[in-house]
Amino acid sequence: MNAAFVFCNGKLTVYLKGELDHHAAKEIRTRIDGEILRRKPEILGLDFQKVTFMDSSGLGLVMGRYKLMAESGGKVVIENPPSHIKKVMHIAGISKLATIVFTDKNKTDIKKSKKEEQENEACKGQDNKSDENTVSGVVAE
Amino acid sequence: MAVSGFVAQLNPCIDELSDIKTAVSEAVTNAIVHGYREKMGNVELIMKIYKDRILSVTVRDRGCGIENIEKAMEPLFTTGVDEERAGLGFTVMESFMDTVKVHSTVGKGTTVTLVKRLRIKG
Repeated sequence: MNAAFVFCNGKLTVYLKGELDHHAAKEIRTRIDGEILRRKPEILGLDFQKVTFMDSSGLGLVMGRYKLMAESGGKVVIENPPSHIKKVMHIAGISKLATIVFTDKNKTDIKKSKKEEQENEACKGQDNKSDENTVSGVVAE
Repeated sequence: MAVSGFVAQLNPCIDELSDIKTAVSEAVTNAIVHGYREKMGNVELIMKIYKDRILSVTVRDRGCGIENIEKAMEPLFTTGVDEERAGLGFTVMESFMDTVKVHSTVGKGTTVTLVKRLRIKG
């Protein structure tokens, strides 16, 4: 499981990629929590578009992040879950904890590339942490 | 996952295949996390196809066993307090498969049998 983090205007978006099972969930939650504590976002976006498999471990991941975000009055948004993942989330009634949104792919792509350009401009000379398997977009705080 | 390869011979729909994969993942995760308490151990998978496109997957561990099966199967019941688990493993199995049968003996292990009848493609 890979994860890319983008922080912009108080929103931390995590782009998840790959299979989300018990083992992957354990690993990824440490990384997400690290970013949350570092960035202190108001909104946490979890993008599932590129998640190919998820079992109830993924539900634990969402529920745990919801708790952590709620402690500081923050919110969780689930973005672009494919149908098989939406089905698992539906069982747990996740929509009561987090909003599920589908971003218009074309629009997002344009927005994202524009955003990224701006971010890159803004980030010049700033710390740009990127570990293995991680693309870390950094924005002026 | 080996399950996908086996089920492929029934030519399942994509949604059926992901339902089965998810349910089996829950059972195997239970065996590792609960049965063996994350220590080494073998998890057996027995897969069978019966007539009328009925698939049966048995997941067996020789771990610690479940004291109270009824309670273990309750939605949101989880033994891990600080570990982050939703307590929805059996709920997911029950939602995605037609029947879920659990046999367990404390100290000997647990056997979970998942059965699903696949749709006939028309």
